[in-house]
Amino acid sequence: MLFILFVLSMLMVVVEANVFHFLIAWELMSLVSYFLVIFDTENKKSIEAGTIYIVMTHFGTALLIIAFLLMYRHSGSFDFNTIQASLSSMSSMQRNIIFLLLFFGFGTKAGIVPLHIWLPYAHPQAPSHISSVMSGVMIKTAIYGMIRFIIIMLGVSSLWWGELIMVFAAITCLVGVLYALMENDIKTVLAYSSVENIGIILLGIGSSMIFIKAGLPILATLSMCAALYHLVNHAVFKGLLFLGAGSVYRATGTRNLEKLGGLINKMPWTCSFFLIGSMAISALPPLNGFVSEWLLLIVLFLGAAALTGGLKLFICLAAAVLSMTGALAAACFVKAFGITFLARPRSPKAENAKESNFLMNFGMAILATLVVLLGLGGVYIIEVLVRVSQTILGSDIDPISINNIILRPQPAQNIYLSPLILAVLLFSFAALAYLLKRLFGKEKTVTAGTWDCGYYKLTSRNEYTGTGISKPLRIAFSFFLLPFRKIEKIRETRYFIKSFSYETHTTKVFREYLYKVFLGQMFRFARNMRGIQIGSIHIYLGYICLTIILLIVFVGRF
Amino acid sequence: MGKIIEFIVLLLLCPLIGGIITKIKNNLRFRRGPSIFQPYFNLIKYFSKDEVISDKASWIFKATPYIVFASTATALLLIPIVSLDNPLSLAGDFFAVIFLLGLGRFFLALAGIDPATTFGGMGTSREIFIASFVEPVTILAILVIALSAGTTNLNSIVSLLHMNPSTIMAMFSLIMIAIAETSRIPIDNQETHLELTMIHEAMLLEYSGKSLGLLEFSTYLKQLLFFSIIAIVFLPAFSGPVFFLLKILGLSVLVSIVELSLSKMRLFRVVDFLSFAGILSVMAIIALILGV
Repeated sequence: MLFILFVLSMLMVVVEANVFHFLIAWELMSLVSYFLVIFDTENKKSIEAGTIYIVMTHFGTALLIIAFLLMYRHSGSFDFNTIQASLSSMSSMQRNIIFLLLFFGFGTKAGIVPLHIWLPYAHPQAPSHISSVMSGVMIKTAIYGMIRFIIIMLGVSSLWWGELIMVFAAITCLVGVLYALMENDIKTVLAYSSVENIGIILLGIGSSMIFIKAGLPILATLSMCAALYHLVNHAVFKGLLFLGAGSVYRATGTRNLEKLGGLINKMPWTCSFFLIGSMAISALPPLNGFVSEWLLLIVLFLGAAALTGGLKLFICLAAAVLSMTGALAAACFVKAFGITFLARPRSPKAENAKESNFLMNFGMAILATLVVLLGLGGVYIIEVLVRVSQTILGSDIDPISINNIILRPQPAQNIYLSPLILAVLLFSFAALAYLLKRLFGKEKTVTAGTWDCGYYKLTSRNEYTGTGISKPLRIAFSFFLLPFRKIEKIRETRYFIKSFSYETHTTKVFREYLYKVFLGQMFRFARNMRGIQIGSIHIYLGYICLTIILLIVFVGRF
Repeated sequence: MGKIIEFIVLLLLCPLIGGIITKIKNNLRFRRGPSIFQPYFNLIKYFSKDEVISDKASWIFKATPYIVFASTATALLLIPIVSLDNPLSLAGDFFAVIFLLGLGRFFLALAGIDPATTFGGMGTSREIFIASFVEPVTILAILVIALSAGTTNLNSIVSLLHMNPSTIMAMFSLIMIAIAETSRIPIDNQETHLELTMIHEAMLLEYSGKSLGLLEFSTYLKQLLFFSIIAIVFLPAFSGPVFFLLKILGLSVLVSIVELSLSKMRLFRVVDFLSFAGILSVMAIIALILGV
């Protein structure tokens, strides 16, 4: 029931054409998703996650309300079209303020760093199918909001808007993926990876805004198209991955990577679907993540070629950040997939896992098919999305001419990509490799134990752990991750260690040095304010009286 | 058609580069060393042997050699080496080549974890660590080249590219990347089989027989791929089979000398090595902006 309401409210957000109704739908969506996060009310962690979520989401909504009121004061209407028409006469100062309010307001919902703080708490705590919709669709409504209100209604009026969005997007990408790499809870990994993918989408939107101001309408359209493509792709593969994680959780009762392993033999279907999702999110050809990230990279390249001066370098660095994010995401999903599904089971829970039922697998199968189709049919998807981007940006470019630059075969120095041909080539070379093997005689294989250096019995404790795999990156990025580690040895005698405990975790910089400090200040302020709370009813009546007078003065003045 | 013949010749020739590099290295050390055809003998040996597969390994382990070979060969096919009108440039551009290599790397890293061995996991861990730095640096270097040529279409790059200070810097950056990607000193050591120091070899540790042969062959292909990219960028006016072979030989000599004159770096120093390559590319972009 709640789920239906949730989907309905998200639908309402994108169809409303009135700011007031939009806000109601927006709030409905936030509140229903709050109840879905705290669905497991017995669990203290769910309540905590829910509280962080609702506080943060209302912080965002508060910014939005201020922005909408400023728009209302200028236009005197709540209707999208009327506001849009009247906004053109707004001063640039006011525009800038509204832009910032809207960007950070929607950014809170989208999960840009450092406002992402709620996302890794709320998404893993909700039931898996809810997480898949929250990560796949709900945070995208914020992207819709940014496109609708900033690009369409407000109109891009300064170059620094796009630059600001790109800087935040780049930070969001890298921070999201680095945290995802350090986590060992499979759903938290996916939640942080959503943060990263929002960063990639925003890179596209930010570059689109830069290209609009730089007078490159074709590139702006393509850039928007790449962002939208990645948005659709992320919805599909992140949904798939969350469903896969849910299937693993149901089968084993744990989400901790260090307790999983070896599920490839026990849950072959879930494993295959999760592998397809992991490959797509790591941007591996010929799946859908590859096509959208490639498109974004090419658009950035074309932008860098067209722009000059500092902007050229800026766009080039954005491309480098994008590819670094891609490489780190691949590393992250090598870890997430490898540790969950490969090697030996690391606990009895993983050993006794059973494949999920047909319906669960069927749901994943649909999404996995979509991942493949969205990749192989990239040309057609881009054609559709280019048309969408044109409507958004109001640019009147012939869609054919855009497709001729990219993807559609044409002579001269055009850039082409055909996921379909790549897939055919990959398959034919795999077949060639098979023939090469057969050329030297029939394949004979012997099954034997893993090489154990003469040590007679390897157990799952000899495997590499999830923490171990990401260790080099933790050390290389220790200036940001601030890893903490504690080793405790309890000795029975001087030479014999009875027990050994090891603890390690990374410090969440934003939580420790931004939110904790802010909360500390808030509490201090509240304690100081206690002074005026004396307990006498007469004084309180006096406060009320004073407030009313102040309000009357305020109304009269403004 | 010309492209197919060229590709088959390259497939047959690529192990030779490995043999030549070993020979040069040995001769520089005043040793005789194995014949330059030794890689072929090794490959034939591997292909005629049976395989031993770990009982913990899954289908990922068995499928990986095919995927690695397919992705590397597809990437190599996209690069125009001698014939400049490669019809397959419709399939992908310069960036697609990097993404294709990522596909092989992803599965090789998974295959390292698959047989439940510590060494494989160690190799995987190091490989994904180094890859996270190699990939952005590669993209930056390619960006410089593509910006100089105005396109990422590989066919057109060859005809449009001219040598300028930026492309020279990008070329040096690419040479450093090639050293990292072909697992050579100072990043990795192909000769060692000491488990604690190896990266690429550690992931292959559980492979034997035909699968190992296929993976070794893919490594030679990848080496040729990076050498050809550098050959495209270096003196692009001099193309054609003879010049190509000369450039590849020159690169082999360069790589051998680098391997002999340096020692392997500590894993975390690799970041400095690759950052240097990255900064070189950034400087190349700045040089482009200034119009040097």
